[in-house]
Amino acid sequence: MAEVALRNVVKRFDNVEVVRNISLDIPDNEFVVLVGPSGCGKSTTLRMIAGLEEISAGDIYIGGEVVNDLPPKDRDIAMVFQNYALYPHMSVFENMSFGLKLRKFPKDEIKRRVDNAARILDITELLDRKPKALSGGQRQRVAMGRAIVRNPKVFLFDEPLSNLDAKLRVQMRTEIKRVHQMVKTTTVYVTHDQVEAMTLADRVVVMNGGVIEQIATPQDLYHHPKTRFVAGFIGSPAMNFIRCRLEQNGVGLRVRISDTVGLPVPAAQSRRFQPFAGKELIFGLRPEHITEPRRNDRDANCEFKATLDVVEPMGMETMVYFTVDGQEICGRVDPGSAAGPGESMRLYADMDRMHLIEPQTGAVL
Amino acid sequence: MSTAALAARPTGGFGVRASLSRNRRWALITSYFFLVLFAIFFLIPPYYMVVTALKSDSEVARMATNPWIIADGVTLDQFRILLTQTDFLIFFRNTIIVTMCTVAITMVVSVFAAFSLGRMKFWGSGILATGIFLTYLVPDTLLFIPLFQIVKAIGLLNSYWGMVLVYPTLTVPFCTWIMIGYFQSIPKELDEAALIDGAGHLQMLTKIFIPVALPGIIAAMIFAFTVSWAAFVYPMAFLYSADQQVLTVGTVTSLIRGDVYKWGMLMAGALMAAAPPLVIYAFLMDYYIAGLTAGATKG
Repeated sequence: MAEVALRNVVKRFDNVEVVRNISLDIPDNEFVVLVGPSGCGKSTTLRMIAGLEEISAGDIYIGGEVVNDLPPKDRDIAMVFQNYALYPHMSVFENMSFGLKLRKFPKDEIKRRVDNAARILDITELLDRKPKALSGGQRQRVAMGRAIVRNPKVFLFDEPLSNLDAKLRVQMRTEIKRVHQMVKTTTVYVTHDQVEAMTLADRVVVMNGGVIEQIATPQDLYHHPKTRFVAGFIGSPAMNFIRCRLEQNGVGLRVRISDTVGLPVPAAQSRRFQPFAGKELIFGLRPEHITEPRRNDRDANCEFKATLDVVEPMGMETMVYFTVDGQEICGRVDPGSAAGPGESMRLYADMDRMHLIEPQTGAVL
Repeated sequence: MSTAALAARPTGGFGVRASLSRNRRWALITSYFFLVLFAIFFLIPPYYMVVTALKSDSEVARMATNPWIIADGVTLDQFRILLTQTDFLIFFRNTIIVTMCTVAITMVVSVFAAFSLGRMKFWGSGILATGIFLTYLVPDTLLFIPLFQIVKAIGLLNSYWGMVLVYPTLTVPFCTWIMIGYFQSIPKELDEAALIDGAGHLQMLTKIFIPVALPGIIAAMIFAFTVSWAAFVYPMAFLYSADQQVLTVGTVTSLIRGDVYKWGMLMAGALMAAAPPLVIYAFLMDYYIAGLTAGATKG
């Protein structure tokens, strides 16, 4: 159990800076997920914490101690790899006990720890098998078991579920969360899957282009993204980004997205956005906040009419795609109220959930 | 779709299937024909060796008899005389010592060299790996004059220990090269997992890499064994006493005197010399074929 801290950490490969001066504090027992697109530097950051990559500048602390020059075995960390990395010639028991044997633990202690981890992961009956006799999910459990038996200060997960099929991924996600609740250990988890990030994390670190875009709880990240990148990366389908002009509308403000569609900014937010009146901005609204008009007490000015281009029934909801002033917008409506493609439909924009983004900097205002 | 089209479809499908199966049958027949042809071609020399080794000297010498069959009855005289009245057993013992030492030296040097060149990236490792392979491309007939000087200088001329020194110069480069390939094919996550588990480089090599790369190591061992067991040019040039001689050269030089060829014993000697490699190949092939990396990573 230990806190992990990164201070101004930089990683360069030759002249290419892949991690740019990042700082991060992870308190004891916290489950932190590093998420971002391919090449954003998240795996490199994890490998630097593990000691598998040297850092070019900055400091990494584990349990308050600088570990920059410590080899991986002396950092007291355990890592689960994307492709399991099980030793193919060893049985499950030998795989799980390998680290303990190297550290010269007594035999009965090794057996106790392996049995305990096997019980937690429900792999007791697999202990004598070789990795090739296991399914993907079982192999991933063994890889987790190998980490658990060590009882390390920090768990590191490098996209551990990417190789599993969709159903197993959901199952193992729950399993990882359950294990973390049982074995309270500081955990750093890397994924490119934002659903994994949102469901597992105490806090999510969104990375892009080698920098940290935002560190926040999943809910905070979803409702209050700080940048356009975070707003677009978190949530599926992605947030709609629509070019707009912020207009003065009497004492209030209005988001003008086309000649015919102008949506009122809620009074509670008008004061915040007042300095940007008259400017060209980007209006951000998630598909789930563009629905069919549902309640009578809603502001009728937030309603608008659109001709649907594509309709995608998903079962419990229907995605509708339409174009306003050449910009494609996605909405999420009740299956019963959805019109067909080419038909006109009245839609409602939940302006309480709106975001305005500065086009040049990408900052959410 | 018209009725005619509907009716035509299943017939077309069946036609394609029938043609595929006919193609496959012809491919099999052709394969078997050539396999049998090659098997006969390659089995003729061993057959001739067996037949001649089991004949008496008088039958071998008689030109009138058919050389492909045993007319006067089977005899083990050739084997008996070879084992009791010649230095064959000394040649055999010398060859075993030289081969075992060569294989051991080759494996130790090649495994360490391949591990460091294949897995531990350091400045110049790529050039060094290519350089090792290039040394293998130099023909050994070009090397034996300088090697003769070296072996003579250290006093190992006419000693089979000189062969133990010389053969690894032929086996180490190639064995290192094929093991670099094997070590490089092992997923890098395995050594990272071992590093995190607390293994040093030596433990990583002995506990992870050698067991996982066993098929490659066995392939290299087979190569080193074959080179050492069958070498002819070096013992011919470096060894001249019967007590230091190895099988390949010793059998030939002691059983061919001027224009007198002891064909029966030559064939019996060749058969017995070929037996150990055959047994070893048959035993190791099972390990060689078994894919030991199965299950390490997703696959």
